[in-house]
Amino acid sequence: MKSIKTLAVVLLVGVMSAFTVKDSEGYKLGDAVEDFSLKNVDGKKVSLKDYKDAKGFIVIFTCNHCPYAIAYEDRIIALDKKYSKLGYPVIAINPNNPEKQKDDSYDLMKVRAKEKGFTFPYLFDDGQKIFPKFGATKTPHVYVVQKTAKGNVVEYIGAIDDNYEDEKAVKQTYVQNAVDALLQGKEVPIRQTKAIGCSIKA
Amino acid sequence: MKKFLILSGIALIFIAITGASIYSEGEPKPLKVYEKEGIVVKSYDYNGLEYFLKQDNDTTYVVNFWATWCMPCIEELPYFEKLNAEYKDQKVKVILVSLDMSKQVESRLIPFMQKKKLQSKVLLLNDPDANAWIERVDQSWSGAIPATVIYKKQNRKFYERSFTYEELEKEVKQFN
Repeated sequence: MKSIKTLAVVLLVGVMSAFTVKDSEGYKLGDAVEDFSLKNVDGKKVSLKDYKDAKGFIVIFTCNHCPYAIAYEDRIIALDKKYSKLGYPVIAINPNNPEKQKDDSYDLMKVRAKEKGFTFPYLFDDGQKIFPKFGATKTPHVYVVQKTAKGNVVEYIGAIDDNYEDEKAVKQTYVQNAVDALLQGKEVPIRQTKAIGCSIKA
Repeated sequence: MKKFLILSGIALIFIAITGASIYSEGEPKPLKVYEKEGIVVKSYDYNGLEYFLKQDNDTTYVVNFWATWCMPCIEELPYFEKLNAEYKDQKVKVILVSLDMSKQVESRLIPFMQKKKLQSKVLLLNDPDANAWIERVDQSWSGAIPATVIYKKQNRKFYERSFTYEELEKEVKQFN
């Protein structure tokens, strides 16, 4: 009888925590992100703490197959070229489960990184454990974090800019504006945006 | 004189009736009309699309946001097609809002529609500044697709998820 009670309590707690996780929906603006250790396309593990001199990071959940992610590849490369030397490197993470989306396998990530000449780490979220902590829902999905005494604090969540289809027609470069503001010690002007993207396949 | 008054009265009523019917049935002017091999797709910006999200009549509208490149969208598309066919006489209308890139309408969207023989109404939403309109569709929408709005008059529900046919039918029945 006692064991049934214990079981019931364990089940209840289990169910409640399952819902709590679901309700939290990941990092919000101002939250410090937990560091991670994920495998890069070169086989080495990468963590945020490896970047001693960084002032922050442009963390981008992206992938091989999604046309929106592909449309942004060159812009992601340009972001890294411009901002890694200013202290805000791009860290790209593929959150998709290759069993659900075979184009997003680790091997094909290596191929894509080489084809496009990625200048930044392209990490594989093996087991799809990191993206839910961020609350990423789609690719591409960007989190700009600033290194502070409190940790790596989220300062911007959302889209790269306001026109996925035509780079020339972009009016608002959300990520650049956010990083520029942080570099100048100013408030990020637009801290959160939404964009259409491919839903993450976990 | 009396005859003239009656005639002009009839004329006025006629104008009022036809005018009203044109107005109520009139869809907004599309940004562009694409036509290839007998298939027509109209594109709208969000302001144009809103007309299809705010119909005020006794039909239940099932508005699905999708794209040819979105795998889970393609998987559930047959269920929306089936719903549209099976509920045709029960005032249910499916509208498939494609988020394909405008430069791929002729090369991708229309060939896809042709291959799958899509019968539901297909529109293209061409409004790249998605941040400006995603929350106008629904506050809770993250922007991931597939996403679906089901509504009848003021009664409205938003779903950021995939459906099976049974799940979709169950939701629609709540509106009818």
